[in-house]
Amino acid sequence: MATGLRDKIEEVAGRYPNRRSAIMPALYLAQAEHAQLSGEVLLEVADILDVPEIWVYELATFYDMFHTEPVGTFHIQVCTNISCLLLEAEGIVAHLESRLGIERGDTTPDGLFTLSTAECLGSCDTAPVMQVNYAFHENLSERRIDEILENLRGAVGE
Amino acid sequence: MPKLTIDGKEIEVPGGLTVLQACELAGVEIPRFCYHERLSVAGNCRMCLVEMGQAPKPIASCAMPAGDGMVIRTDTPVVKKARQGVMEFLLINHPLDCPICDQGGECDLQDQAMAFGVDHSRYQENKRAVPEKYMGPLIKTIMTRCIHCTRCIRFATEIAGVEEMGALNRGGHVEITTLEKAIDSELSGNLIDVCPVGALTSRPYAFTARSWELRKTNSVDALDAVGSNIRVDARGREVMRVLPRLHEDVNEEWISDKTRYACDGLARQRLDRPYLRKDGRLRPVSWDEAFRAIAARLDGLDGGKIAALAGDLCDAESMLALKDLMAALGSPHLDCRQDGAKIGAKIGGAGPRAGYLFNTTIAGIERADAALLVGTNPRHEATLVNARLRKRFLMGGFRVGLIGAPCDLSYPVDTLGAGPETLSELAAGTGAFAEVLTAAERPMIVLGMAALARPDGAAVLHLARALAEKFGMIGEDWNGFNLLHGAAARVGGLDLGFLPGDGGRDRDGILDGVHGGDIEVVYLLGADEIDMARLGPNAQEGAFVIYQGHHGDAGAHRADVILPGAAYTEKNGTYVNTEGRVQLGRLAVSPPGEARADWTILRALSEVVGQRLPYDDLGALRQRLVAVNPVFAAVDRVEAAPWGEFGEQGKLDGAPFGVAVENYYMTDPISRASETMASCAEVFGSGRAGEATGTDG
Ligand code: SF4
Ligand code: FES
Repeated sequence: MATGLRDKIEEVAGRYPNRRSAIMPALYLAQAEHAQLSGEVLLEVADILDVPEIWVYELATFYDMFHTEPVGTFHIQVCTNISCLLLEAEGIVAHLESRLGIERGDTTPDGLFTLSTAECLGSCDTAPVMQVNYAFHENLSERRIDEILENLRGAVGE
Repeated sequence: MPKLTIDGKEIEVPGGLTVLQACELAGVEIPRFCYHERLSVAGNCRMCLVEMGQAPKPIASCAMPAGDGMVIRTDTPVVKKARQGVMEFLLINHPLDCPICDQGGECDLQDQAMAFGVDHSRYQENKRAVPEKYMGPLIKTIMTRCIHCTRCIRFATEIAGVEEMGALNRGGHVEITTLEKAIDSELSGNLIDVCPVGALTSRPYAFTARSWELRKTNSVDALDAVGSNIRVDARGREVMRVLPRLHEDVNEEWISDKTRYACDGLARQRLDRPYLRKDGRLRPVSWDEAFRAIAARLDGLDGGKIAALAGDLCDAESMLALKDLMAALGSPHLDCRQDGAKIGAKIGGAGPRAGYLFNTTIAGIERADAALLVGTNPRHEATLVNARLRKRFLMGGFRVGLIGAPCDLSYPVDTLGAGPETLSELAAGTGAFAEVLTAAERPMIVLGMAALARPDGAAVLHLARALAEKFGMIGEDWNGFNLLHGAAARVGGLDLGFLPGDGGRDRDGILDGVHGGDIEVVYLLGADEIDMARLGPNAQEGAFVIYQGHHGDAGAHRADVILPGAAYTEKNGTYVNTEGRVQLGRLAVSPPGEARADWTILRALSEVVGQRLPYDDLGALRQRLVAVNPVFAAVDRVEAAPWGEFGEQGKLDGAPFGVAVENYYMTDPISRASETMASCAEVFGSGRAGEATGTDG
């Protein structure tokens, strides 16, 4: 498994002018492989790229798309930036919190859902917006959310 | 040369400056946190905001190049309000714990909050708390105080050359960290100076004193041969801390960790009264009794049976006094090269000064375009010289070759070989690095003591001299030939001729002489790094040893008489650094107990042995110093030393060059007595000691 990752990272690193530039794509690869960028995984990436560990840590902790903490099967990110905020994004988050029984930033005990807030998701025209893993859900309402959650639960049930 | 108007005043400034620097030239103070003259510009604290011409909002002056025709205002209500706003934001998560903060009284945040901030806080919410980070035995962190200026990260990355510090997370969650590792750099102590707040402070100094209760004395460091300019802060009779003082040509504004942190060693294992060995045991005695014991031993003894060795921390005055006393006693056997380095002519002085100086000068390194290091690890032997080499490397177009034990110098180095044969090959013009040196306009060579403190040292010196000439290192306005000394006393000793006189013996001659019975009395002036076993087990089966010095180290343990002297912070003394720069160390605290300034001890002893030295005060002794060598008159002036013949053609031996400094944290009696240095040796020990292969004393 580790050699697989090493090969993949080496492959992308070859496309960059220096190893430091390859940290971002390497982290995506590592995250795809391990689901979560634990300290161990970060050290492995640093080792493969032969760059100082701190460089990898800085990037992995800076970007929201990199998860240094475990996330659920479905990572729900609700935009709380200006357009969504004006259209009651806070209410959306609160509704999700009560439906999932967790607070923002947490993961449900069954490991199914993680709820986060996110900065602008770039879809202001369809605000309020949230993203579940890589899928967008637009023009949200409480009813829409209940449907989405049900669908997601159903998807794993099958 | 752009012309700007700053607060209504026109000023022309050199090209390439920022608005902040231009304001400084105009005499206008700009508050700042992230900006630091010697680091790259980050522009992240926003404290330096000023108004510029028609620009709609204030600009960060530290990041804005000064341009022709700019109209800058720093005294408007807009600027005042901007600064207050920035200050308020910076203080949002700051704990405001000045009363329990070691930075209190010398804190940029405190000062600038006073000068540019508002007098109250409007912030009602909870403040963020950040857990402490571990950064090693020298640096204490209270990261809640951090304002995320990133100076520390830039210092570590740029100046120290260690990629170990960084910022995790972002925005209001940023935390500065080393990932819980001790910072592996001999320059790490400077982090506490660059940190503008109390986030990074000195761990050993924590909670011991307040800056305003300290007596500050400007002096120079004696723990290596760089001659870093320092300020010694003392309270009562205790040195509380050592800080750097700006000297652009020597240490800029940095000092090494040993310079800064070995000072607790000044209070430990001190010799504070004379001792005399009676029935095999050292017993405290009066000065008078100690002197009389020496006089009794010297009485009737042929001067040729007396010898003297000077150690690495000696001031020039005491070495001259001892040299004069030895001459009066009729002994030609003296040596200041306790490591046995083959520098200087065998007999008759040190030879041309260029033969034992760092001729390029430390600042001159910045003009060099290639360097060959021979038998040296400048990072451990002269940390600030290494910092300058790294600075030169960062400017670009600088290749460095190394002949000797491989080491990590914080910049790339081509390791060419391990010993003299590589040097001969290079001198003959073979190898890729010969091309580098040939192509260079101002190449330099740096010879460390590991290349010279060996039986074939004089031949290595000779060969290096030939190599320097061959590659055009010696020119009209360029001298690329350098010796890198490790001992603060060494160049001074060579300058005043603390060397074997006519028919005199050098270090090995003296020690062998003890074995053969030709030398009966050995005077050790702070000489602790020699092999004491060679002095014999005691006065009966070996030499009668007089040890004058300040610490109960190797020399004192073997001594028959101990004369307690002063450490470098406790006397006014002259030191000559590796460049040949004469500098004055100043008394910051008085020596402990009955200990005295070293030259006065020798002066008093001379009277008891009936050879009164002709100087009654320091002024008269310094006049004598200048008479012996006029260079001592030129304080802090480095003049080009004339080139000449030195070294000795001879057979080279095949052994690789060793390591002059095996343990950076324990090189002398003071650092060996320091608990802080001991904990550093423990933390960094395995890595650093692993590099060592040579042996020493
Ligand atoms: S620790 Fe000090 S130097 Fe480093 S970012 Fe924080 S305030 Fe700046
Ligand atoms: S000093 Fe200019 S932004 Fe910090």
